Amino acid sequence: MSRTFYCRGQTGQQLLLGAYGALCRQVGLGRVKMFPRTEMLDLVVAGGRARGIVTRNLVTGIVEAHTADAVVLAAGGYANVFFLSTNARGANATSIWRSYRRGAGFANPCFIQVHPTCIPRSGDFQAKLTLISEALRNDGRVWVPKRRGDTRSPDAVPENERDYFLERMYPGYGNLAPRDLASRAAKRVCDHGCGVGPGGRGVYLDLTAAVAGLGEKVLCERYGNLFEIYERISGENPLHTPMRIYPAPHYTMGGLWVDYGLQSTIPGLFVLGEANFSDHGANRLGASALMQGLADGYFIIPYTLGEYFGGAALGEVSPSDRPFVEAAKEVEDRLARILAVQGKRTVDSFHRKLGAILWEHCGIIRNAAGLGAAVEKIRLLRAEFWENVLVPGDAADLNQELEKAGRVADYLELGELMCRDALAREESCGCHFREEFQTACGEALRDDRRFGHVAVWEHAEQEREPVRHVEPLTFETIIPAERSYK
Amino acid sequence: MKFTLFIWRQRNRGDRGRFVKYELNDADPGMSFLEMLDFLNQRLIERGEEPVAFEHDCREGICGCCGMVVNGFPHGPEKGTTVCQLYLRHFQEGAHIHIEPWRSRVFPVIKDLVVDRSVLDRMMRAGGFISVPTGSAPEANTVPVPKEAAEVAMDAAACIGCGACVAACPNGAAALFVSARLGHLGLLPQGQPERERRAKAMIRRMDREGFGACGNHRECEAVCPKRISIRFIARANRDFLKAFFVHPGKA
Ligand SMILES: Cc1cc2nc3c(=O)[nH]c(=O)nc-3n(C[C@H](O)[C@H](O)[C@H](O)COP(=O)(O)OP(=O)(O)OC[C@H]3O[C@@H](n4cnc5c(N)ncnc54)[C@H](O)[C@@H]3O)c2cc1C
Ligand code: FES
Repeated sequence: MSRTFYCRGQTGQQLLLGAYGALCRQVGLGRVKMFPRTEMLDLVVAGGRARGIVTRNLVTGIVEAHTADAVVLAAGGYANVFFLSTNARGANATSIWRSYRRGAGFANPCFIQVHPTCIPRSGDFQAKLTLISEALRNDGRVWVPKRRGDTRSPDAVPENERDYFLERMYPGYGNLAPRDLASRAAKRVCDHGCGVGPGGRGVYLDLTAAVAGLGEKVLCERYGNLFEIYERISGENPLHTPMRIYPAPHYTMGGLWVDYGLQSTIPGLFVLGEANFSDHGANRLGASALMQGLADGYFIIPYTLGEYFGGAALGEVSPSDRPFVEAAKEVEDRLARILAVQGKRTVDSFHRKLGAILWEHCGIIRNAAGLGAAVEKIRLLRAEFWENVLVPGDAADLNQELEKAGRVADYLELGELMCRDALAREESCGCHFREEFQTACGEALRDDRRFGHVAVWEHAEQEREPVRHVEPLTFETIIPAERSYK
Repeated sequence: MKFTLFIWRQRNRGDRGRFVKYELNDADPGMSFLEMLDFLNQRLIERGEEPVAFEHDCREGICGCCGMVVNGFPHGPEKGTTVCQLYLRHFQEGAHIHIEPWRSRVFPVIKDLVVDRSVLDRMMRAGGFISVPTGSAPEANTVPVPKEAAEVAMDAAACIGCGACVAACPNGAAALFVSARLGHLGLLPQGQPERERRAKAMIRRMDREGFGACGNHRECEAVCPKRISIRFIARANRDFLKAFFVHPGKA
């Protein structure tokens, strides 16, 4: 029995195309109206329920409020808070962050999956990181030179001077160790000075032994498209030169809190897919994100949304009602405020800086001192953003810098919450590794008694500190134990 | 690396548009083509100018969002590559590079390199789907699909809808785009019930939207970043002809 579906490395794309076809059909039938090039910039809450959204037409700049009986968000994850991630550049946190600010609880914001097998960054200009399927770990061996600062080309490093660190650390699983362990191990050897490639931030994923064993033909049948992707980006042929990989932010397990019916803490606001916090705990397993998307969309929301409509007495609302007018006005004022700054620093430069702070302090390995410092650094950066950001153009036109600026302003708030969440969780669990909480052999040390819960953050107005609530986790059949991959 | 860029700048649909020359002296050969535009844009913003608008999302050849004509080639000179997967190391030091939006009547320019491709959505609405409602389709594994059919269907399903085929076609036809959809669905059991009807609806819609007719120039196949073969066009034409026998009606 295969656990995962694989379709030429396009599984998600093919699911998306199927869904897009089905959507087009509904649009053609007049049952769904699609608004391309339109962005949701706020949620409207009226009478304690989610009753609409505020959007901006990205081409004309027109901001308008829409009314609704319920709002369903499926806006994806927020790994782009790091600037560099494997996510599409358009992915962003704005809709969930704005909903949080309107009262939706944000659960486990610090739970970020860092994927071990990405192509390392090649310079300061890097705009995104590309994932290379970890299927390669089936036939590849991961290593670094044993000597620090060894700059010899990989074929000049003799076998006994190589550290196959995953095989050494996790003999039972070797190169197939889970994502979080593999990422952490790679970071550790690079921190130790043994990393390879630009800036010493990379480890080898070496298929050259497999070439000798299985032959080029078999490998190309298995991974031909991956080799092509790698060669295109790095200019190197993986059959002849070991590939270089490094971990990168990939998926966000955290997100808006939802109940089993996918409803957030705001009645009438439903959240699906990566945007919510459900299903994956602190550590998503491979392939389960698309599964979650299918389960949320096929099996849950069609039933729970109906149940909500059945049980709620929803009065009439109109875009001219106060909450709608006010929310639209707030959105417009915020855009105007961003444009009015006319400072000296580009939006990207703030975003890159934020990403660097988070990657250093709230990335693969975290500790209290670093997280505390990060909160301060982010606050300063946020203050500078509102005094010194430079956004050209105006709001009545296609203005991609303005779109980005709004998103980065939100990331500057979300980043702080991530650090606070990581700081408050005084244990290591899954992707969240706190240096202070590790076993004698350097593995995650959970504290189920104090932290066997979901942390749900509630926004507080006027720069007051957000409130941390807890939802206890109760295990009836399978009791959590220590993970061991030795 | 040094480059002289000539980039199409156009404020909006009504503006006439023009090439503007930019010199870059310090691009890195490891940069992707879009990273080069990011790099240029950062400079432009710092100089108080408006950055070049262009579309992109996944930056790895999957989403179909990017697309521009580079030195006359949609997605640039490398075969089987979207412009987001194009790297500067493939260009010569000192090269002059012309960058312009998709040129086609059916894709009006919104701004600079951004064009309106909503016509492709309308084509999809005409028939780019199967008519089983989502959620009620039978479990896919209960209907076995021959490996050969699945592989060919996947070749067609790889279409990312970027529009390069239309931009490359001297007649402005969308034959490759439409035939990829028809081929993908027409080869699989799920797509059989409305196979001919689908062909008819999509091909008619294509005519109505003002696309040209396929003249077998094969430019589409040459620029397709997913290397989709024009064999699918022949298949689609067969389905279209059959449609008139199965569902007779005015052409
Ligand atoms: C490179 C890569 C490879 C992956 N591979 C796998 C895999 O093999 N298997 C697996 O299970 N998972 C995989 N994942 C994870 C999985 O693809 C994602 O978790 C999943 O696609 C999320 O789906 P979604 O529908 O929740 O959100 P998304 O697919 O991210 O969709 C969100 C949509 O909302 C739009 N949006 C966002 N904000 C707004 C706004 N304010 N207004 C309007 N629209 C907005 C976005 O543009 C986007 O179209 C991968 C992820 C990446 C990045
Ligand atoms: S940006 Fe997605 S295909 Fe180029």
